[in-house]
Amino acid sequence: MILNELISYETLRLVWWVLVGVLLIGFALTDGFDMGVGALLPFVAKTDTERRVAINTVGPVWEGNQVWFILGGGAIFAAWPPLYAVSFSGFYLAMWLVLAALIVRPVAFKYRSKRDDKRWRAAWDWALFAGGAVPATIFGVAVGNVLQGVPFHFTDDLHAIYEGVWYVKFFSLLNPFALCAGLLSLSMLVMHGAAWLTLKAEGPVQIRARRIGSVAALLAVCGYLGLGLWLAYGFDGYQIVGDFVTDGPSNPLHFEVAKGGSWMEAYALRPWIALAPVLGVVGGVLAFAGLRAGREVTTLLASKLAIFGMIASIGLTMFPFILPSSSDPRSSLTVWNASSSHLTLFIMLVVTAIFLPLILMYTAWVYKVLWGKVTEADVSENSHGLY
Amino acid sequence: MEFGIVELSRLQFATTAMFHFLFVPLTIGLSIIVAIMETVYVMTNRPIWRQMTKFWGALFGINFAIGVATGITMEFQFGMNWSYYSQYVGDIFGAPLAIEGLMAFFLEATFVGLFFFGWDKLSKTQHLVVAWLVAIGSNFSALWILIANGWMQDPVGAAFNPMTMRMEMTDFWAVLFNEVAQAKFVHTVSAGYVTASVFVLGVSAWYLLRDRHVELARRSIAVAAAFGLASAFSVVLLGDESGYNATHSQKMKLAAIEGMWHTEPAPAAITAFGFPDQEARETHYAIHIPYVMGLIGTRSLTTEIPGISELVEQAEVRIRSGMIAYEALLTLRAERDATPQLVKDTFELHSADLGFALLLRKYTDMPHLATETQIKQAANDTVPTVWPLFWAFRIMAGLGFLFIGTMLYFFYRASFKRMNFPRPALHMAVWMIPAPWIAAEMGWFVAEFGRQPWTVDGVLPTALSVSALSMTEVAITLAGFVIFYSILFVVEMGLMLKYIRKGPFLEVAETEAWMVRHELRLAGRKNADPIAVAGE
Repeated sequence: MILNELISYETLRLVWWVLVGVLLIGFALTDGFDMGVGALLPFVAKTDTERRVAINTVGPVWEGNQVWFILGGGAIFAAWPPLYAVSFSGFYLAMWLVLAALIVRPVAFKYRSKRDDKRWRAAWDWALFAGGAVPATIFGVAVGNVLQGVPFHFTDDLHAIYEGVWYVKFFSLLNPFALCAGLLSLSMLVMHGAAWLTLKAEGPVQIRARRIGSVAALLAVCGYLGLGLWLAYGFDGYQIVGDFVTDGPSNPLHFEVAKGGSWMEAYALRPWIALAPVLGVVGGVLAFAGLRAGREVTTLLASKLAIFGMIASIGLTMFPFILPSSSDPRSSLTVWNASSSHLTLFIMLVVTAIFLPLILMYTAWVYKVLWGKVTEADVSENSHGLY
Repeated sequence: MEFGIVELSRLQFATTAMFHFLFVPLTIGLSIIVAIMETVYVMTNRPIWRQMTKFWGALFGINFAIGVATGITMEFQFGMNWSYYSQYVGDIFGAPLAIEGLMAFFLEATFVGLFFFGWDKLSKTQHLVVAWLVAIGSNFSALWILIANGWMQDPVGAAFNPMTMRMEMTDFWAVLFNEVAQAKFVHTVSAGYVTASVFVLGVSAWYLLRDRHVELARRSIAVAAAFGLASAFSVVLLGDESGYNATHSQKMKLAAIEGMWHTEPAPAAITAFGFPDQEARETHYAIHIPYVMGLIGTRSLTTEIPGISELVEQAEVRIRSGMIAYEALLTLRAERDATPQLVKDTFELHSADLGFALLLRKYTDMPHLATETQIKQAANDTVPTVWPLFWAFRIMAGLGFLFIGTMLYFFYRASFKRMNFPRPALHMAVWMIPAPWIAAEMGWFVAEFGRQPWTVDGVLPTALSVSALSMTEVAITLAGFVIFYSILFVVEMGLMLKYIRKGPFLEVAETEAWMVRHELRLAGRKNADPIAVAGE
């Protein structure tokens, strides 16, 4: 295989950093709203018909949306095997909670309306709530920890060892900064879910969604700014020290890394990246205003903008780091030393370049077919066809 | 055998994988059967075929939900519990998993929503296309997963890179067109088709026995028998292809399945029955059928198939060679580019056996200094426990032939006896419903247990692949999975049975009324039928 030499290893690593970002943002933009709807379910919908309206706004699409998440996991495995190995095993019990939520959620969607029994439906409603709220929070907690660095090191043969006994491992993830980040991501996705419900529902469900959603949007914007300040003044950043090459073998131990300075130095180094946080805040404010005013399409777009800006800003701030190690900075993972081989990155890029546009096209078509409000009349007439 | 983190992690993987595979074969097969039924509906425009599509489609949906949910566990578990495996071979193994998402799972998951929710919004042909896209997505999913698994059985197109301390891809086409992967793919999807056929056949037979939904049941049997017959032949023939491939790539697995303790003169006999004895290295009360094994395994009368004892001797040679590679690797790791050329050359020469030196890690942290006893122990470790493989394989193969017989019979009665099925045959069809699941689970057991002590054959031992987790953590998650999955299983079986007992939602007449309304709706005359029956 000589073709892969067409694109330099350095460029490919950068491209994959962007692509993983695209996939994770894609996940937040799509699966984000149906997780948000799940988290909102007990609060925006009181009667069974209302609940079915809320559920059926995402009924036909959540399954496809969830693939963004699965693909995000697969892409990390393929593009950054060390990151996949360290984070999934290091965050072991937290990952299991995410899994539990993601196992319950599909089943809850499919099975909830298959029996008329009240208790049956109430139980699955709580499952849908947990299936939305739990992952939405944990993802934020995870990012909050990544920003601080997590305690792990590699042995000489690159065995990843995460420091601490199991309960310390788990409970030290739940530090104040990370918990606040969890609440931030929860409010972000609740805002997004509310924006979706504003577009797809009407009547009481829509009114409640707008009210709760606008509070969530406000919380998201304030929380984002607050956590930004906390990060700037409360925590050290990480830096690669000494000489390094960007096209060398993917071995984290070949780099020297030091803790110190601030993450915010990135903004002095590359001022243009300030665009991301600005978009995040502007989007959040617009979503707040849109929810208040009852605008439908605009609100959803503003909410997407907010999510895009906020998530992108984290990646841009940390670049080139993807997972710093707090206990052994030398083991930190960066874009330049934690990727797959040149050939694998190239093949994956070709496959992605072919299939990602196709996916976007047919997903757009599906959303077009399903365009329009889900009404109470729809769900009561369609007791077998819908959830 | 002491029970440590490796065994506990294996137990969790086996539990979750085998549970996942209770749902996968039915998804793979039923997606196609439903698409076939809908094709007939669109071509003939007869309401009964739409009724069938919707009925079997509803059962497909119940099954699909758990298949998806338990599949996510599988993708996560490599990183969670097998982090050194993920680090060591992620460069090769990660790619097919990611491509599966891009090429197959997106397709399947995006359109499955439209399959269930789009009846009113799509034209007949559009909906048919959606049904086929779901089926194609499901089947392509299997392709990529089996390419990944095929590579674990026969790790082609990759080499160890001492600078990154991991395996890296050298030839994507070799990974893609790995013969083992291709044979496994066709074998596995065919098994899925058989599973779905036996399921449709059994449920329909139950209706016929109770004289309910007779029209639906008879047509369903006709589809299932024809589709099932072709698939049952394909499963057995391609299972044979797998056996042939195993003689090149996994000699130990083949020898263990056959309980072949020593090399026999070609062409070897097949052991139809017997009791393998691991200690004594012989099979008691064996019944041999001459020549058959040699023919299946080598397609020749003169090529020998090596037995277990000889393979252990070969393993010992490779361990010694691997120790040389390991010692050179230590220098390479420390000196990097400054390594003397002689050491580099030594490593190149022996790197193919590096995995065998890693077998010694179970006994010592310094494999290059292993003692004679440790080398012997490690060589003996290359033999998987024989009796479970021996029996699991025979149960699977026996069931395979039973499916061919059953499908032949029902196909004959459906085609030439005017769908007149005797009651005992129908009873048997109902009782046979669990059989394909047993066969499929046995098949995976043989494939995965037979590969032990390796996760990647000859490259990475299972004992080394696990994450650095505590027993407590894995025990917590395993207990969680068992509780969760048990509840899911009860709920799913309950719903399945409820929907089967209930039968189709709409009678044929109602389906016909829907078709009329749908025509009018597409023609743009909304609510054209004032007495439309609500509830579609």
